[in-house]
Amino acid sequence: MARGTKGRWLVLAVPYLWLFALFLVPFFIVFKISLSQDAIAQPPYEPTFDLSAGWDAIREAVGQLNFDNYSYVLSWDNEFLQAYGSSLWIAGISTLLLLIVGYPIAYGMARAPKSIRPTLLMMVILPFWTSFLIRVYAWIGILSPEGLLNQFLMFVGLTDEPLEILATDTAVYIGIVYSYLPFMILPLYAALEKMDETLLEAAADLGCPPFAAFWKITWPLSLPGVFAGCLLCFIPAVGEFVIPDLLGGSDTMMIGKSLWTEFSVNRSWTVSSAVAVLLLLVLVVPIVFYQNVQAREMEGR
Amino acid sequence: MSTGVTDKTQKTIGGIRRKFAPWNDPGAVPLIRYKNVTKRFGEFTAVDNLSLDIYEREFFALLGPSGCGKTTLMRMLAGFEEPTEGQITLAGQDLVGMPPYRRQTNMMFQSYALFPHMSVWDNIAFGLKQDGMEKAAVAARVEEMLKLVKLETFARRKPHQLSGGQRQRVALARSLAKRPKVLLLDEPLGALDKKLREATQFELMDIQMELGMTFLIVTHDQEEAMTVADRIAVMDHGRLVQVAPPAEVYEQPNCRYVADFVGDVNIIDAKIESVAPGAVRLRSDAADMSLMIAQDVEAKPGDQAWIAIRPEKVRVDLDPPVEQGVNCLSGTIWDIGYLGDLSIYHVELPNGARIKAAKPNLTRVVERPISWDDKVWVSWTPDAGVVLTR
Ligand SMILES: Nc1ncnc2c1ncn2[C@@H]1O[C@H](COP(=O)(O)OP(=O)(O)OP(=O)(O)O)[C@@H](O)[C@H]1O
Ligand SMILES: [Mg+2]
Repeated sequence: MARGTKGRWLVLAVPYLWLFALFLVPFFIVFKISLSQDAIAQPPYEPTFDLSAGWDAIREAVGQLNFDNYSYVLSWDNEFLQAYGSSLWIAGISTLLLLIVGYPIAYGMARAPKSIRPTLLMMVILPFWTSFLIRVYAWIGILSPEGLLNQFLMFVGLTDEPLEILATDTAVYIGIVYSYLPFMILPLYAALEKMDETLLEAAADLGCPPFAAFWKITWPLSLPGVFAGCLLCFIPAVGEFVIPDLLGGSDTMMIGKSLWTEFSVNRSWTVSSAVAVLLLLVLVVPIVFYQNVQAREMEGR
Repeated sequence: MSTGVTDKTQKTIGGIRRKFAPWNDPGAVPLIRYKNVTKRFGEFTAVDNLSLDIYEREFFALLGPSGCGKTTLMRMLAGFEEPTEGQITLAGQDLVGMPPYRRQTNMMFQSYALFPHMSVWDNIAFGLKQDGMEKAAVAARVEEMLKLVKLETFARRKPHQLSGGQRQRVALARSLAKRPKVLLLDEPLGALDKKLREATQFELMDIQMELGMTFLIVTHDQEEAMTVADRIAVMDHGRLVQVAPPAEVYEQPNCRYVADFVGDVNIIDAKIESVAPGAVRLRSDAADMSLMIAQDVEAKPGDQAWIAIRPEKVRVDLDPPVEQGVNCLSGTIWDIGYLGDLSIYHVELPNGARIKAAKPNLTRVVERPISWDDKVWVSWTPDAGVVLTR
């Protein structure tokens, strides 16, 4: 009995240990940096904690921590707030587009003959075999004024001169939808695939035509997949910086890009840390929401 | 049990009780017609050139072993499968190509198919709302259905919060709610306990009669089929073997398969000795004398035949029965089974064949007069058994 309990504790402790080491510790390091001040030093902020200097030194260091970086980030003039808003907006629109594109694909996959489903699943995951960065670069080749898309459009005669797509928000949307599509499709597919098809027969039997049956049966039953897919796409999309950096224009504001600029160009670790911590706070809301949905889903079994 | 439906050959139609046997009436028009229907899944033939007429207000039961095509037959009527060949008509209308949501049939699914995200109440109301029924009428009907299946207090629960039997009752209520012309019930009562099952059987018969609906039911419980059905169809490998009222299926099976499938039976291998109107004489290794069955049969002397006789129609005695001379075989008791209401005597005949005889336990059995290894006589009257030629 006692041994059994101990074994259980051990099993439970492992994931918490990982969480502690890989999430909480880094978070507190970043949080601490966000409370520090820039300094011309190595690392470029102060105070630093020196455990060998003794208790008093640490107390003094803690006393130097403050929230100045946060008031800097949160001030309207410094355009971080605009970047947050714009990021949420772009991520929201992208998530909606992802849902519109991904749902029919997932639906088609889930209704495909059982024998070809693994192949379809493979094809969805296939792009991961190439580096994300390279795939985004490839889009530059497609979207640029003399790129494949414009050449094709002009060849077909749809336009006379190249469309301005690269370096606009449109290119960012295309990039995000393309890159995140598997993260939308997979949870949707999982939800749709486990749905019992006799439910649709039952609905039809009770006089419900197919389109109405979709909205009354299939859609509500796929909602857990919809939530999972949307959050899986929305959360990383908010912090995305590679795609807006490579495909977006200079006026495309996204918080990931601001953070990167702050970190690499302005060399301010402290402000970029504050931006990161605030970003996390912004995202905690949907994450908690997701947790709730999941908990309810578990309860439903 | 509510209004006792005792005589199933009668039905109250238009307020008068009368004999109900439209299948014997050449002028009657069937409601449902399967005409040479074949259904193949790839190479496999699930329903094989089957023709069947079902009449309005009939309570029709399908019996058959697992996988013989009962569900497929129903699914074709409901519209979930299209026949590979043949035609199905409902009230004279060709159903082939008509989508399920336009058919006037409702089905209770073998797997229940309850909508998991809806409460019991919403599940039952689903079909009614689909018809655009008024809110108050929907509520009244749902309450009525909940009462019928005794689930009034479970209306707000979700299907996953119910027991198997409760789910089955919700499925039943949902399929009944729309009061369809034709209701298809695929093993509707299998998960219920005996008492509730019997009560629900009688409720079903009441509803069916009251609303003048036509029921097509699949069941694995022969007693249930006998209780509820006007006619029973026994199926085997996608074909109908016999379609007849319950008593006929039980007393006059048309082949060994039916005799064996419905109820308990002794089958005795025999050869026809002589055929006369209303009397067949047969010879069997099991008996030293010729056996007689009072029946007309189309066969000639020397033909292979079988005698089918139900255990409850076989007598066992320690002494030779008085009216010796007909259907009287000697043997030894090989085993005795005690079933509470009956005792089953397994008698071994000289040729090694065994015959079962059922005797009601009229008194509390403390010590049976007949015991293991006793020499006994088994006998039956000429009108107790049937001769089968296939
Ligand atoms: N969609 C299908 N594809 C292939 N074979 C099928 C399909 N549906 C049914 N069958 C086959 O057809 C046969 C008849 O099936 P059906 O479901 O009608 O049997 P059943 O008589 O209802 O059996 P049970 O009493 O077990 O419910 C079975 O052998 C089954 O394997
Ligand atoms: Mg079945």
